[in-house]
Amino acid sequence: MTDPVLQVSPDLPVSPAVQVSPVLQVRDLRVVHPGPVTALDGLSFDLAPGQVLGLVGESGSGKSAAALALLGLHRRTATTVTGEILLHRPDRPVLDVNAASDAELRTARGPELAMVFQEPLTSLDPYRRIGTQIATAYRLHTGASRPEARQRTAEVLERVGIDPKRARDYPHQFSGGMRQRVLIAMALALRPRVLVADEPTTALDVTVQAQILRLLDELRAETGMALVLVSHDVGVVGGLADEVVVLRQGRPVERGATGRLLGAPEHPYTRQLLEAVPRLDAPLPERKAPAADDVLVSVEGLRVDFGSVRALRGVDLTVRRGETLGIVGESGSGKSTLGRTLVRLQDPTAGAVRFEGADLAAWRGRELRRRRHELQMVFQDPTSSLNPRRLIGDSVAEPLRVQGGHDEAALRAEAVGLLERVGLSAEHADRYPHQLSGGQRQRAAIARALILRPKLIVCDEPVSALDVTTQAQVVALLRELREEFELTLVFIAHDLAVVRSVSDRVAVMRGGEVVETLAAAELTRPRHEYTRALLDAVPRLEAVVSPG
Amino acid sequence: MIRFLLRRLLGAAAVLLALAALTYLLFYAMPGDPAQLACGKSCTSDQLAQVRHALGTDQPLARQFWTFLTTLVLGHGFSTGPSTVWCSAPCLGYSYQSNEPVTQMLVERLPVDVSLALGSAALWLLIGVGTGLFAALRPGRWRDRVTNTVVLTLGSTPVFVMALLLLMGACVWLQVLPFPNYVPLTDDPAQWAQNLLLPWLAIALVSAAGYTRLTRAGVLETLNQDHIRTLRAYGYPERRIVLRHAVRGALPTVVTVAAMDIGMVLAGAVFTETMFGLPGLGKLAVESASTVDLPVVCGITLLAGALIVVANTAADLLHAALDPRVRI
Repeated sequence: MTDPVLQVSPDLPVSPAVQVSPVLQVRDLRVVHPGPVTALDGLSFDLAPGQVLGLVGESGSGKSAAALALLGLHRRTATTVTGEILLHRPDRPVLDVNAASDAELRTARGPELAMVFQEPLTSLDPYRRIGTQIATAYRLHTGASRPEARQRTAEVLERVGIDPKRARDYPHQFSGGMRQRVLIAMALALRPRVLVADEPTTALDVTVQAQILRLLDELRAETGMALVLVSHDVGVVGGLADEVVVLRQGRPVERGATGRLLGAPEHPYTRQLLEAVPRLDAPLPERKAPAADDVLVSVEGLRVDFGSVRALRGVDLTVRRGETLGIVGESGSGKSTLGRTLVRLQDPTAGAVRFEGADLAAWRGRELRRRRHELQMVFQDPTSSLNPRRLIGDSVAEPLRVQGGHDEAALRAEAVGLLERVGLSAEHADRYPHQLSGGQRQRAAIARALILRPKLIVCDEPVSALDVTTQAQVVALLRELREEFELTLVFIAHDLAVVRSVSDRVAVMRGGEVVETLAAAELTRPRHEYTRALLDAVPRLEAVVSPG
Repeated sequence: MIRFLLRRLLGAAAVLLALAALTYLLFYAMPGDPAQLACGKSCTSDQLAQVRHALGTDQPLARQFWTFLTTLVLGHGFSTGPSTVWCSAPCLGYSYQSNEPVTQMLVERLPVDVSLALGSAALWLLIGVGTGLFAALRPGRWRDRVTNTVVLTLGSTPVFVMALLLLMGACVWLQVLPFPNYVPLTDDPAQWAQNLLLPWLAIALVSAAGYTRLTRAGVLETLNQDHIRTLRAYGYPERRIVLRHAVRGALPTVVTVAAMDIGMVLAGAVFTETMFGLPGLGKLAVESASTVDLPVVCGITLLAGALIVVANTAADLLHAALDPRVRI
């Protein structure tokens, strides 16, 4: 690797932005997983109170390893951490996280160094009320009485926008965004000097993401805590960070003040990372618009109920042959249910889905078996949609095998051919899903959807589990494939910029209804206020980057 | 909750009805005439007919079964020559062998099984959860392996072999305990416990293995979960994380399985009771089956079925109580 790697001498003032004495100084941090695999190699930075540092990189860049190391969370694992993590405290000696005893470190975790995690859904104890969890952490460090802790819990819940009455509820009674607020409240209760937020919004919708980021920024301003914000999304980091460090395969490749780094990146990798970020102002590729009268799928008055929950409340929609229809909306808007109903994984409660003019619900028995292959689906999480105990080649060939009439050699040849078409190779056919990266797994899942030469493929959040660079590659692949295989695609995603970049038309969903359908080029000029709200919530790279 | 219980109640009624019908069919198809058995060898054909009539075995099968059911629900009068004895509901009839009311026989023996089940469950939970936790604290190390080996060996021992070993060890070689002879709790609690100690141990040692593995797996799984990482990030002491939070994660499964196992022991621990001569349902079941004592066998089957249904319902309720995410 001949990339220039940023060298920082420990004595140099790390950033011109740091004028005040830093609260956190990191010097030459290295994290090595058993193997040995060097996850992080030589990260250094200074962080002043109230300042925000962004750590950016794709998956495998070592940013999470760095975040965990800052709190000493690699202890008691086989991973080794070297370097200095110095936490400066006003009336107490400097704490070196790496050298401190377990007991010393324990007292610092919470009141001095706190963390918010990527997985708000699982990061809270499912068996305890959220109020109890916040109060316990508070009492552990302050020795406060129960009533005092309850009081403090109510205060911080109120501050993060949760009704204090809900302190008695359990985590599963909250949405992902609300659970992230609970975790932030837990940190806030102890007024930490440094908060490490590891992909705090990756699992959340754009609108919720915007709220959480705003909240973090407000708390930083109010309490003067320093924030380390880790994300694969340059847009997320760009809006908040004063300074950004770009990580690649564990090495910091570029660092600088946010505006400069995003506006005039010096390192080619940073440029590559920025180019991969889907932008709402990116030019749309020229594409022949599919004929408006050649309708492949028409959805009429579609309603789907799950018990008393109305997932879809009367959706009307058409998908033209050869077009890519994007569907956007927040979680719970019914977009996945719509997608599943389009490929008949879900039957309508009322209304109908007509495929080439025929009601899908009328396909039964032999008819269904004969035509099912015309409708395929690609799911969000390729890790769980590929059988972990089967070779990739077998998983890809499986739909064809079920159809019958092919010998093993033919199946193999077809599977390998498709794997090569999606950018993998014959060698990948003989691997198991866990031996592939997330992007490779999603490619394999796409190959599996293609093997039966479907007429329609519904992609349900196909790239939201992937980091920006991989995301851009998979999106590019889908664009190529739809020409080559004459596919009609329904592309479901919560990321407006991604949807805009692949779609001919975009349907915006909210609360089980389609609020508006517009051409991709018009997405940035919506008529409906909800679409505008969604657009406003998207973190804007272009707002951070000074033009030119 | 109410709906859940109602549904369970209906389900239980269906299960018990099917059980009773099956038991009836089985005995009807079996060779051997209960009347002949009850009447003895020197029985004239007239006497035999009378006995048959008294027992009701001269009736067609469906009729007998219907009588059995109505008797169970409503009670029934039995004429014994001059006087009529009223057997009040739930009436399971009278034993062909001893002429005792079956309901009374069951009620007399149930405390033995309750004592056996609760005592052994307390022990197996103590041993199982303890060893499971012990093993989980250092997975893959020697103490994990030793615990697994010991517990698996015990768990693969048939309960009658375990019973024999305990009897030989404690009563013959070491002579620290007398041979067990059941004493009701109400007579003398100390004697009750002393005499039940070996049966408890026999069941507990054999059953603990499952709990060791459940606890170990549950604790290890929980320790790998994200919310444990949150606790570490907020400075919770490791000991507290394991003892309060990881154990808490393993608890719902352990308790659910324990409730079902307790149901099984309650319904009659045939081997243990036979080995230790405990006058419980299991022993009664063996005796009555070998003498074709249809009312007794039917009674035991129904009671056992009912106990298992109750245990399963209790398991579900406990699971819901222990895991706030579960709704019933």
